[in-house]
Amino acid sequence: MSNSSPVKLDRGQHRKIVLTLNGRERSGYCESRDLLSDFVRHELGATGTHVGCEHGVCGACTVHVDGVAARSCLMLAVQVEGRRVDTVEGLAPDQTLGDLQQAFQRHHALQCGFCTAGILMSCADYLQRVPEPTETEVREMLSGHLCRCTGYTPIVAAVLDVAARRKNKEPEHA
Amino acid sequence: MKPAPFDYLRAATTHDALDALAHSGEDARILAGGQSLMAVLNMRLAQPRVLIDISRTADLEAVRIEKDHLVVGAAATQGSVEWRASLRDEVPLLALAFPNISHFQIRNRGTVCGSIAHADPSAELPLVLSLLGGDVMLRSKKRKRTLKADDFFQGMLMTAREPDELVEAVRFPLKKAGERYGFTEFSARHGDFAMVGCAAIVTDTAIRIAVGGVADRPVVEQWPRLQGDDLRGALNDLSWKLNAQDDAHVSATYRRHLVRQLGWRVIEEAK
Repeated sequence: MSNSSPVKLDRGQHRKIVLTLNGRERSGYCESRDLLSDFVRHELGATGTHVGCEHGVCGACTVHVDGVAARSCLMLAVQVEGRRVDTVEGLAPDQTLGDLQQAFQRHHALQCGFCTAGILMSCADYLQRVPEPTETEVREMLSGHLCRCTGYTPIVAAVLDVAARRKNKEPEHA
Repeated sequence: MKPAPFDYLRAATTHDALDALAHSGEDARILAGGQSLMAVLNMRLAQPRVLIDISRTADLEAVRIEKDHLVVGAAATQGSVEWRASLRDEVPLLALAFPNISHFQIRNRGTVCGSIAHADPSAELPLVLSLLGGDVMLRSKKRKRTLKADDFFQGMLMTAREPDELVEAVRFPLKKAGERYGFTEFSARHGDFAMVGCAAIVTDTAIRIAVGGVADRPVVEQWPRLQGDDLRGALNDLSWKLNAQDDAHVSATYRRHLVRQLGWRVIEEAK
């Protein structure tokens, strides 16, 4: 990461940027106006991230940037140069579903699945900060996502379930 | 949609940003958290020639206590202030307001100064800054100046910022002994723009109330410690004074109703 000197990228020009995507170093070319959502999908081929409204409302494109959930449609690709980006693909390393994804499966917390990638990324960040959320807190967190087929009840159940299971598995802190 | 083409500059230091503003001025926009600006660019409601990215400008990221103020730098995210363990003791009104601002995914990147600089009349942070009597610190290549929130906000999305100036920081007065705080707002769904937002400071002898989402900027009123019908009367006068307008979502009548109801509620909450 070169934070010491300014970076200029004029319109129409391309810049090769290097970043860490789901733990692997990747690189690709972007223009100044390329959105992170499009860069991840089209340039890096990680199509698990979905693009819905493109103005930050629907939450479908939520990814992690340096571990923090953010809308990839409200960031420029050039802004993640040298940073760590995690997408839904990173929740299932070795092609095995993570515990959050398994809980969504158990509770039928998705139908068409379009919104799911973003919801999973928000939940992953939120449960790190608030490991034992109340139902109200989960609903408030989910208010940043639009799901138009499942309804939110099974999603809430899945999130509360995974929180409870993680708590039971966690060893007591020494 | 996608943004129209622009020249991009990632400022490594405050000076980089100020140089670029001095050079490009009215054709440039500052990109901090981008949670309002990127949406506007995607919809092509704005098409700046130059975008100056300060989101990774290390010397603008600081959040610190300075004498009796909490000073928040231009690149500091709302999340970085909201998740500050000591916030409830420092600026309790901010702690009350943050959960109402959009969603946590947005607050993770949205900046405090960005919301102030954007000056949306329904936004929570301008309301808090106005009520507390906070300051906006502006800086250009030529000068630094500090404006009271009241002098900074000039209308709907309009501020006293000159084209070559950067909102370098804002500062919120710390909690004062004897002050109690309340914040409430009403929106169609959690995280939506507020139809009306109210914040209040109540002491043993006075009420200070701010209303957002009705006039073209936050409006602050200071009253003695009114009660009962006197308070209802004052809130009714305030609701008419704000010159509420009809829009596609809410009628002026309903806005006045919300001012009276939320005003009462926020003062009760703060007692």
